Amino acid sequence: MQSTLLNAKDISRAISRISHEILERNQGAGNIALVGIRTRGVALSQRLRDKIKDIESLTVDHGVLDITLYRDDLTQGLQKPELKKTEILFGLENKHIVLCDDVLFTGRTIRAAIDALMDFGRPTSVQLAVLIDRGHRELPIRPDYVGKNIPTAKSKRIQVLLNEEDGEDKVVIQEHSN
Amino acid sequence: MLLSNQNILSTKELTKQDIEQILDTADSFKEISTRVIKKVPTLRGKTIINLFFEPSTRTRTSFEIAGKRLSADVINISGSSSSTTKGESLIDTARNLEAMNPDILVVRHKYSGAPALLSKFVDSPIINAGDGSHEHPSQALLDLLTIRSQKGELEGLKVAIVGDIRHSRVARSNIQAMQTMGIKVCVVGPPPLIPVEFKYLGVEVSHNLREAIKDVDVVMVLRIQLERQKQGLLSSLREYSNYFCLTQESLDKARNDILIIHPGPVNRGIEISLDVMESKHSLILNQVTNGVAIRMALFYLLLGEKNANPN
Repeated sequence: MQSTLLNAKDISRAISRISHEILERNQGAGNIALVGIRTRGVALSQRLRDKIKDIESLTVDHGVLDITLYRDDLTQGLQKPELKKTEILFGLENKHIVLCDDVLFTGRTIRAAIDALMDFGRPTSVQLAVLIDRGHRELPIRPDYVGKNIPTAKSKRIQVLLNEEDGEDKVVIQEHSN
Repeated sequence: MLLSNQNILSTKELTKQDIEQILDTADSFKEISTRVIKKVPTLRGKTIINLFFEPSTRTRTSFEIAGKRLSADVINISGSSSSTTKGESLIDTARNLEAMNPDILVVRHKYSGAPALLSKFVDSPIINAGDGSHEHPSQALLDLLTIRSQKGELEGLKVAIVGDIRHSRVARSNIQAMQTMGIKVCVVGPPPLIPVEFKYLGVEVSHNLREAIKDVDVVMVLRIQLERQKQGLLSSLREYSNYFCLTQESLDKARNDILIIHPGPVNRGIEISLDVMESKHSLILNQVTNGVAIRMALFYLLLGEKNANPN
């Protein structure tokens, strides 16, 4: 059984609000860059970039991060996830980097993403934007921009579907995890 | 997801899916070598031993850099400085190294089949980095990556391999891998350097360079292996050059977008002329760059395989 937590309109409103929050906090789009974490963080970061362009008429730098090589469970007998390209074609120096991901859960993905970013340079700051924060952190990591906080049981499964990857926009929760 | 074999001994053992996965993974690894900090923590705590019983600059350095960019610890052992000079057998050397718990052994040896033999005596994955006249699989893979980066697709391409086919492990590995990927292969050279058995591999055989490269997408020029020419198969190097050196002139009937690759080291002026080597068609240095990415991919995928069955 699954129930819908956010529909397409809700997601679009959340992205609008987060865009404004990013601009407010960083006093405009001058020094910010967006980096999406594969896979669904990428679509999210692209939408934020488009929204920011609508608001400020400025296209901010945009990159894609694959954190596979920085995972802490690679050698624990899990099957290797497929490795995709990392594309960060701009310098991080003097930039406020906004990392974007769909769901924030244990925080381990974000730890890996921060480590990966630091190998590319020294940004002024790193901020975190997520569509869903579902709690259950295992590391001291907190988001700066949240679409929606959804307290969940640890065993449940939250799924974010985005047009770019899945052909539709919605966030669902699987009541019976398998 | 995983490769179908725990060792990389021969391209014969690689399926089309394996090769595609290796090339795709290598493509993603290329970017790491362009960073300011050229290192990712992926293989931290893993140990790779390079066991080279034959001279090598390119291949050994390439394997070493690949391991180090993934944060593995890489140890190099060369034949001349190893205990084999004291009479220790190859198998004993490998077993002793194995007792120090490495995660991968990379082996180059002058005898065909040496890495395959070792794989029967040690549990660590083994990568064949060139064994005699037999195979050099990582070279074939980096050649395919170089070609694919330029052409986009491998299926349906035509490749001519020119030179000392008889002694070439690069040719053998490439013929098998290319055929797996749907590439048509033609081997070109003087009759003494192309064993008649090659026709059973399903390749075209030609003794006329200019005709053979007329409509191919890629020419792979092989090194005349001076150290393996003691049987008098060639009457002279100059005669060989007259007929088989890839020169601007021999390319006059070739396609405008022909690609030229060479596994190195190059004997300038013997198998390839200086101007052709430096021309825009030549991808010789791209091959070297891609070699690091291919070897990173092999380490990454092989260690994944070992870890897939913990306990």
